[in-house]
Amino acid sequence: MSKKAYSLFCVMVIAFALVLTGCSSSTNGNPSSSESGKKVTITFMHLWPAGSSKQQNMIVNEIIKEFEKQNPNVTVKQEVLENEQYKNKLKILASSNELPDVGMTWAAGFLEPYVKGNLFAPLDDILNSGLKDKFVSGTTEAYAVNNKTYALPLELNITPIYYNKKIFSKYHLEPPQTYEDFKNIVQTLVKNGVAPIALGNKDRWTGSLWYMYLADRIGGADTLKNAINRKGSFEDPSLIKAAEEVQKLVKMKAFIKGFNGLSNDEAKSEFMNEKAAMYLMGTWELPNFTTNEEVPKEFRDKVGFFKFPVVDGGKGDVNSWVGGPGVGLFVSENSKVKKEAKEFVKFFIEKWGEQSVTKAGVIPATKVDTANIHLPQLYIDVLSELNKASNITLFADVQMNPEAAQTHLNLIQSLFGEEVTPKDFVKQHEEVLAKTQ
Amino acid sequence: MNNMMSDKKVIALYILPPLLLIVALIYIPIIMTGYYSLTQWDGIGQMKFIGLDNYKELIKDGMFWKSVYHSFLLAVFSVISLLGYLAVSLVLSGKVKGANLLRKIYLIPMLLSSVAIGQLWLRIYHPSNGMLNYFLSFLGIENPPNWLADPSIVLYAIFIPIIWQYAGFYILIYYAALKSIPPSIIEAAIIDGANPLQLAYKIKVPLISGVIKVTIVLAVVGSLKYFDLIYVMTDGGPNGASEVMASYMYHKAFRSFNFGYGSTVAFSLLFICMIVTWLIRKLTNSSEEVQY
Repeated sequence: MSKKAYSLFCVMVIAFALVLTGCSSSTNGNPSSSESGKKVTITFMHLWPAGSSKQQNMIVNEIIKEFEKQNPNVTVKQEVLENEQYKNKLKILASSNELPDVGMTWAAGFLEPYVKGNLFAPLDDILNSGLKDKFVSGTTEAYAVNNKTYALPLELNITPIYYNKKIFSKYHLEPPQTYEDFKNIVQTLVKNGVAPIALGNKDRWTGSLWYMYLADRIGGADTLKNAINRKGSFEDPSLIKAAEEVQKLVKMKAFIKGFNGLSNDEAKSEFMNEKAAMYLMGTWELPNFTTNEEVPKEFRDKVGFFKFPVVDGGKGDVNSWVGGPGVGLFVSENSKVKKEAKEFVKFFIEKWGEQSVTKAGVIPATKVDTANIHLPQLYIDVLSELNKASNITLFADVQMNPEAAQTHLNLIQSLFGEEVTPKDFVKQHEEVLAKTQ
Repeated sequence: MNNMMSDKKVIALYILPPLLLIVALIYIPIIMTGYYSLTQWDGIGQMKFIGLDNYKELIKDGMFWKSVYHSFLLAVFSVISLLGYLAVSLVLSGKVKGANLLRKIYLIPMLLSSVAIGQLWLRIYHPSNGMLNYFLSFLGIENPPNWLADPSIVLYAIFIPIIWQYAGFYILIYYAALKSIPPSIIEAAIIDGANPLQLAYKIKVPLISGVIKVTIVLAVVGSLKYFDLIYVMTDGGPNGASEVMASYMYHKAFRSFNFGYGSTVAFSLLFICMIVTWLIRKLTNSSEEVQY
């Protein structure tokens, strides 16, 4: 008996030791090594692997090389992961307080829990040291919590409606000026057996774009924003009207067959195979329509874009866009090399802004001087639209907190699938937004 | 050897590594999940202990019960399909020409990863240029269904690849069990004048009843915690029409960042699986092992 108890005791002790060591691995390490001349290492985690994001990866490596040359005492160590793995890893690192010194984050709803958990450092000091004027106005606000900016954006995207010029000219169609025109185009295309709009609503945020534009054009730029930040109500008549318009489009068969079960990639291929005439998507797709050599040139030459048309009697402005900054750089609050990390972020933002459009086709959140660079026409058009933009509404699912965002996305799918009435659609939004405020 | 086995310290030494691994990788996480399920936690910030509030919410959560219903529906279909597998194995284990080849063909889906199977069936179910709808329109059906977009059929559309995926596995188990029946018993039955049907129902099936019980437990528990193809093919959509317990847990924890509630769903899933396993064992235990 005593032997048994003894061995059991052994087991318990060792099991305990294992658990304890597992928990404490992050507590050691020297507190500060930031004096100049001393070797420091900045860990940098990003989501552009050489395989799937070759151009971005190349720029990152060049910037790091240049930074290391200018700061010989600093080495930047990269860790690269694919998008989904990146999100999961960041979360896990955050829960054990081991975030990299510099990393990438998304705006608003994604960023908020990290800021509340005191994991990101405010970056206002570098923003105010000359960086602020370089950003397109309004882009850094999406990363601000309580008037402090916690990350600086690298990308800026807006969402035009791309269309196939050849299909349009075949049926004598012109890019629409009003929403009525747009509906006529849809009708003409349906009559002629062409699928008007490619939409992959399995991913749900894709359908959300359509709803957001209709809400913007009918209710003006602030109605949806205020409904989400609780200054207003989601049961606003214009938000109900927008939901009704979505279902009208569905009834007109404006979207490709089976869109609720198709992913965005599948829908995109319908557009690229010229089986659908229009496609509402972010400007991150521009390389596919301009420079990407893997896409046939004849197709690339056929793609144009137009702004979401204004609705008669609506309050919206045609220069108001749905879009927003993409990934941004954060500095970890608990970083031991915070000073160097911040310098690196500043350096990175500046260098990135100079070359991302020309080299990778990514529109940076910093202003681009179109006069001095050579770009495909489609890019120049988009960039000049960007300069005219009266407002950029951040993607709804990014604006909302994660719980509400999931409900919103599911409701979007139901709305497009005609399983929920517009009234219930706004009512359920109102409920979840009130609950999770 | 005997000497060694009597020394409790040595036994402990040998058992310790696997025991530690099991405790650290399985039991401690289960206990921790149990604890998380009593908290409100977004996975990053402070944990807040809220007692049984999550469970109270779970009982009222219609979406959770819908996913439970879907999981049990899958379990029912899986168990029914076991009958089919058994029939196929009975035929294969008899003297059929090409049985070896057929057995290998049935096994192929098992060798594919779930993601590959998901991609394959996504192509088959594609609403406009998928194989299935192409075939249906070839037969003159004008408006073939949108398999994965229609909430009333999406669940059944996913069940088919799931059942197809595991066919090889169960056929292999049954085939091996049937092959282990001593040929003398079968020969004796044939001499006594049993026809093939009687041979199957009166001799072979009772003899492998132990294996059948195990496969029922495997099929039911496997169905209740099923996740892969649901995640790959529809991600629980459209609007939860194909949500099962495991995908609901994933969505709550990793999409809504509600780890506390996600853990509650996970713990309930464990609890449900345990009860169901116990029930099946209880129900099938009554008849003793058959021997001839």
